[in-house]
Amino acid sequence: MPGYDEILQQVVELIKPIAPPERPVEADTDLVADLEFDSLKVMNLIEQVEDRFDISVPLNILPDIRTVKDFTVQLQGLIERASP
Amino acid sequence: MTLFDKFQPIAEARRALAESGVESINVVMEQVLSPTEAMINGRRTILAGTNNYLGLTFHPDCVESACRALRSEGTGTTGSRAANGNYNGHMALERELADFFKVRSVIVFSTGYVANLGMISTLTGPGDVLLIDADSHASIYDGCRLSGAEIIRFRHNDPDDLNKRLRRLGERASRTVIIVEGIYSMFGDRAPLAEIADIKRRHGAYLLVDEAHSLGVLGEHGRGRAEEAGVESEVDFIIGTFSKSLGAIGGYCASNHPELDLLRYANRAYVFTASPSPSVIASTRSALALLRAHPELRRHLWEQSRRLYARLADLGFQLGPEPSPIIAVRLPAREQALAMWCGLLERGVYVNLVLPPASPDGGSLLRCSVSAGHTPEQIDLIAQAFTDAHPTRALG
Repeated sequence: MPGYDEILQQVVELIKPIAPPERPVEADTDLVADLEFDSLKVMNLIEQVEDRFDISVPLNILPDIRTVKDFTVQLQGLIERASP
Repeated sequence: MTLFDKFQPIAEARRALAESGVESINVVMEQVLSPTEAMINGRRTILAGTNNYLGLTFHPDCVESACRALRSEGTGTTGSRAANGNYNGHMALERELADFFKVRSVIVFSTGYVANLGMISTLTGPGDVLLIDADSHASIYDGCRLSGAEIIRFRHNDPDDLNKRLRRLGERASRTVIIVEGIYSMFGDRAPLAEIADIKRRHGAYLLVDEAHSLGVLGEHGRGRAEEAGVESEVDFIIGTFSKSLGAIGGYCASNHPELDLLRYANRAYVFTASPSPSVIASTRSALALLRAHPELRRHLWEQSRRLYARLADLGFQLGPEPSPIIAVRLPAREQALAMWCGLLERGVYVNLVLPPASPDGGSLLRCSVSAGHTPEQIDLIAQAFTDAHPTRALG
């Protein structure tokens, strides 16, 4: 089961191609304020993450996510819950 | 910082639209002439964006029954059925819908939006799961949010993705409601319902189908996508509206589950909303009778839909994946969509303008809806207007 650092690295990998090219993507990067993600981009990112980790991401977690770190922490919980 | 700051993006979007001369959300129909024509900006205009699929809004049976009810029962019920009581018409419409759908019971709601909001939020709660098609209508998303259940999207019209997500849920599948639509409102594509019903059965989940755009449009008897796909027995809840094919306003949920009537008492969107007015119920009952008695309306609707789809495809427009009474013309740039929407209106054709973020894939759409009330000549005029208002000319 991947740990926080590994999940973070993979999330950053998935975000970079859909983020503005000149913007850095780090744990504290704000998805909306720094990367100007709209709802369509957020949904696309979620679909990619779901495929990568074989999980389903409930929409209920979205209000708690502002930064890449917030997203990673939520994913870590979902991955742990999905593990046998 | 004020309460209203968060509406600034809307103000900016509206300002940009106004500057481009497009007031697509403020169109006024100065006079409605028929199900398919109105006066807009002083011009006789063909309506191709109404969802008036069977063209029944001016049918003498519907108008007369509404007038009779208005005279005999008054203008409104002035309260909810739980508090103020039922009118005969409410009870009769529920019986007639149950007979039509061949189900045990039906609940009538005051709008289609409220039907989705009330049913989804009452059926499910914390600990349950809602597995919804990504392109679901806002009323489905809002009902999900209100429920407190876990909300998971699956890729639009993708049974494999649905199956994968049910597998991930494991035993929780038995507390999961899958929600799809018969025909999707933006691109007019149909749900692959036979495959979805099969997956639902294998995982032991529930299935709710919103037939808002497919009632009266699909199926041998007009019952919708579930009838057409031959899976009505697998659908736990059918939700729909009176505001499209039936030409009025209101919504319903039809189900064979004996518990449906219990939901009536727990359903806040039913208990705390004023019930539909007698005239609305009366015209809806007449429209339902016409839907059942006149399958030729459906055939005519499809003839005109295929005619327009073929004409627009021949013109080289990028359309939704299949012919349908909803025909969406995709345009690569927002500016093209704006210019073309204005060009169509100037040529006496009204369609719906859908701009991001309202469109499912971030593109811009000119969404047409065809009616059984359209004549072949009107369809040809719509297609001609698209030819004349083509983006290259509109922008040239």
